[in-house]
Amino acid sequence: MNTEMAISATAISKFYQDKKALDNLSFEIMKGSLFGFIGPDGAGKTSLFRILNSLLIPDEGKANILGFDTVKDYRQIRRIIGYMPGKFSLYQDLTVEENLKFFAGIFNSTISKNYHLIEDIYNHIEPFKNRKAGQLSGGMKQKLALSCALIHKPEVLILDEPTTGVDAVSRGEFWEMLQKLKSQNITILVSTPYMDEASLCDEVALMQEGKIMQRATPEKIIEAFEQTLWSVQSDNMFKLLSHLNDLPEIKLAYRSGDHICFIPEMLTFEEKKLLDHLEKIGHQSLHIRQIEPTIEDSFIFHMQSQN
Amino acid sequence: MKPVIEVENLVKKFGNFVANDSLTFSVFPGEIFGFLGANGAGKTTTIKILCGLSSPTSGKVSVAGFDVYRQSEQIKRNIGYMSQKFSLYEDLSINENFQFYGGIYGLSRKEIRERTKTLLSRLDFLKAQNEVLRNIPQGWKQKLAFSVAVMHQPKVVFLDEPTGGVDPITRRQFWELIYEQAHNGTTIFVTTHYMDEAEYCGRVSIMVDGRIEALDSPKVLKNQFAVNSMNEVFVKLARATK
Repeated sequence: MNTEMAISATAISKFYQDKKALDNLSFEIMKGSLFGFIGPDGAGKTSLFRILNSLLIPDEGKANILGFDTVKDYRQIRRIIGYMPGKFSLYQDLTVEENLKFFAGIFNSTISKNYHLIEDIYNHIEPFKNRKAGQLSGGMKQKLALSCALIHKPEVLILDEPTTGVDAVSRGEFWEMLQKLKSQNITILVSTPYMDEASLCDEVALMQEGKIMQRATPEKIIEAFEQTLWSVQSDNMFKLLSHLNDLPEIKLAYRSGDHICFIPEMLTFEEKKLLDHLEKIGHQSLHIRQIEPTIEDSFIFHMQSQN
Repeated sequence: MKPVIEVENLVKKFGNFVANDSLTFSVFPGEIFGFLGANGAGKTTTIKILCGLSSPTSGKVSVAGFDVYRQSEQIKRNIGYMSQKFSLYEDLSINENFQFYGGIYGLSRKEIRERTKTLLSRLDFLKAQNEVLRNIPQGWKQKLAFSVAVMHQPKVVFLDEPTGGVDPITRRQFWELIYEQAHNGTTIFVTTHYMDEAEYCGRVSIMVDGRIEALDSPKVLKNQFAVNSMNEVFVKLARATK
């Protein structure tokens, strides 16, 4: 494993008028890792990414990428990073191929020079290379944007919510591509609202209100959950949720796919008593079992206990 | 029960390209209907037709009892629409946004006042009514946009990826709003890329390359494909064509 640092940030703060978007953030990210920033809208992910890629100047603190200061050495920074903003920002009225040529050109490169890097991604959209970028579907737009961010062979790739609005199949393909890029020793920073994607990162930072609440490997985050999690189903899920929320012995209950997850107040929880109660108030086809938590459960619990 | 949305052999072509290939389905009052499909499968084309913004090439389509070919204006008056992209006016306050949309739908001043109050107190947001939208967190905006979309009490409301990019807690709060609205009789027609949300729908359809390849309750679909989650159903169907 490579132990060199790709990114280090020291005491970064950013204000918008009197609103604190980033609050004294410090962290280091190792070379060659796939690092995820997870958090709700407004947590500060985009501001942080824009500081790292030199588009925004921090009010306090500093950051460097591969030894280059994000403020002083912004020219070098821009040469070694690839950035994919959250909002689709390619030229809608240029074709797929023209966009790619353009981005290769401004970095004094050509498509053929780094084709091997984008091949796996670009061959999905190559059949449409004469189509205008504005007319691509969401999944294809993301693949083109990733190709354009990669065509100058960056050492660090910064991806701001690359899979928002992308369907489940294309999301899967997108993450397979990220894993491949990682194996070429490209450091990847990615933010996402999808919790299942968080589990595909080497390490994640859970962000809220401009701070990092927790930083660890996905496995460690789940280990640190330290609550028992139960799943329950009945014939009336809508009522079941509000009934569970009314019970004092239940700390937290929420829908999760076809069942409701809940965390009891006490570690010693009597499922039989709950079932009897639910049956008495009219629920049928009840199923209850203890389940293993996921990153999403951990995140929900964290956010709720902060509020 | 008479369907709110009735679609029979709907075809929509753009030149030689068939975006919607003979779709047939019905949606019933108070139902939460999930309209799923991969990017580019043709969902937006269908939604535009159902909202009266585009005409089918052929086929029979009625929404809220009105025919899409002849009565698209009545359809627009009887539906609500919200999406992640098209939302409220950032430089207006919450109150002004409600006034504006209420006015567009022809509500009286009194109705606008009363409904704004009811909807905002449901969100526990009455205190913030004079805040400018720009200063409000995204998750809240989406809840407000939903409230605005149902302000004129439409028979059916179309939600186009209403929870895109939203954190897991806000997504769940949003779905509680959806449930409550459906419980009161409004039909919900919703698209999403979150497959756990597909499980919250009464029935879902899955569109692949312009055709509806599956349509039933999540439970039946999971049984039919012998899998444990809607994500697996979706991936099986959508991947088959790639």
